[in-house]
Amino acid sequence: MSDPILSVHGLNAGYGDFQALFGIDLALAEGSLLGLVGANGAGKSTLFKAILGLLPRGREAVTFAGQPIGHLRPEAMLRLGLALVPEGRRLFRSLSVEENLQLAAQGGRRGDWTVERVFDLFPALREKRHSPSQSLSGGQQQMVSIGRALVANPRVILFDEVSLGLAPIIVNDVYAALPAILQSGISAIVVEQDIERVRRMADTLVCLNEGRVVLAGPSADFTKAQITHAYFGG
Amino acid sequence: MAYVDAVVQGILLGGLYALFATGLSLIFGVMRLVNIAHGDFIVLGAYLALVVVQATGLHPFASLILVVPLMAGIGYAIQRGLLNRTLGPNLLPPILVTFGLAVVIQNGLLTLFSTDTRRLAAGPIETASLSLGPISVGWLPLATFAVAVVLILGLELLFYRTAMGRAFRATTDDAEMARAMGVNTRHVHALAMALSFAVIAIAGVFLAARSNFDPFSGPARLIFGFEAVIIGGLGSLWGTLAGGVVLGVAQALGAQISPQFQILAGHLVFFLILAVRPRGLFPRME
Ligand SMILES: Nc1ncnc2c1ncn2[C@@H]1O[C@H](COP(=O)(O)OP(=O)(O)O)[C@@H](O)[C@H]1O
Ligand SMILES: [Mg+2]
Repeated sequence: MSDPILSVHGLNAGYGDFQALFGIDLALAEGSLLGLVGANGAGKSTLFKAILGLLPRGREAVTFAGQPIGHLRPEAMLRLGLALVPEGRRLFRSLSVEENLQLAAQGGRRGDWTVERVFDLFPALREKRHSPSQSLSGGQQQMVSIGRALVANPRVILFDEVSLGLAPIIVNDVYAALPAILQSGISAIVVEQDIERVRRMADTLVCLNEGRVVLAGPSADFTKAQITHAYFGG
Repeated sequence: MAYVDAVVQGILLGGLYALFATGLSLIFGVMRLVNIAHGDFIVLGAYLALVVVQATGLHPFASLILVVPLMAGIGYAIQRGLLNRTLGPNLLPPILVTFGLAVVIQNGLLTLFSTDTRRLAAGPIETASLSLGPISVGWLPLATFAVAVVLILGLELLFYRTAMGRAFRATTDDAEMARAMGVNTRHVHALAMALSFAVIAIAGVFLAARSNFDPFSGPARLIFGFEAVIIGGLGSLWGTLAGGVVLGVAQALGAQISPQFQILAGHLVFFLILAVRPRGLFPRME
């Protein structure tokens, strides 16, 4: 296996005096999909924030494309090639759909993913391009949020609970875009509550419990029961 | 007829109040920062113009070529070096720090310039007027109003038509997510303050050309600016202009009743509007 595109080493992070993550290790192989699972409050979103520098972490705690990046500011991450699809979508409410995408395109890298290509991937967005982002349905908002990551032409996307608050059929629509994304050479970490779905999609699985890695390895190695067991901290 | 005249003069006076208020409205809009030293910075701008005029012999309005970039630079540095550290979920720290700045500026100006009142001589435009039928309007108030309108138009274009404005709005909406999208929010906040200070510089020169000022003239300008912002509704620059006009007209009409009533009439209308429309006339912010 080639060197990982993104890896985390002994990462500790938290909020002020509250420590939420304890010595996290993980490695994302280039071109692969890593499924990150764990109960509510396990620390999945916190891990994403720490990787991106939205929470303080040590210089050596995060390595991206062979370089330590733990000392860099969050606004440097998108230009490096590390994008986030945040929990709860968090579109900019006073920006139109297109402006949300343009902002990310400006902050990211040049490449094949353009605003127009995002509209090709999610045709429903094209006619809404000038609409305020809040006027869209939940599923469409999630598409904008994913599009925002794509137009930055990242090497890695961190997906945080893409399916949260969406109807099952919409969730399928959203995940249908994933193969095209991976095919364009992007690696991904996907946080998802639906364990069965993660196990099918992911090459590697990591399970967090109360801020610690309790299970990690190729997804094929684990049964659903094993994952569920780790999930609830057995 | 006296009342029509008062309304017209009040509208134009509103242009000056809008100039006082625009910088205040802008930074509250972008970063929820209440700048208690705003009025004192206007006065600082006036003194800076005084120094430039005395040193170079430039006309006060021409001195803006130097005063605007200087003040913008000061604004950028204060935000980047000091006020960015006070930003957070709590509105109080920036209020306390800018209150401290207000005291420092007032006493600094007192030491440098004494309590003597000053004025910038703008020449014939000070007294020149234009006859509109029975009403005569001064060129200087007219110019002040026009400048306020043009400034607000320019700022609106900047906010809604440029990449910089997009970054401003994104930072206001969700600063953490803006950072994740590659926006340097500390720089954005400092740029917003620089813009605010550019407007402050213009407001300072117009203030100084229209009336006497001394090191303690700031707080009253802050009050008028603040009232214009609140009357107009938070987050809307056109609302701020409207707020300035409402305040100006209220004061001008109050002065018709009795000269002592001028300022009080403005405050009364402010409270009245606050009671009827707590979020102001044209609120844009939630
Ligand atoms: N902004 C915050 N301030 C303080 N504690 C937080 C904050 N966000 C999350 N936490 C705490 O950190 C822990 C991990 O939360 P989180 O990373 O959101 O979990 P997950 O994404 O796995 O559901 C939880 O105990 C949560 O209460
Ligand atoms: Mg979460």
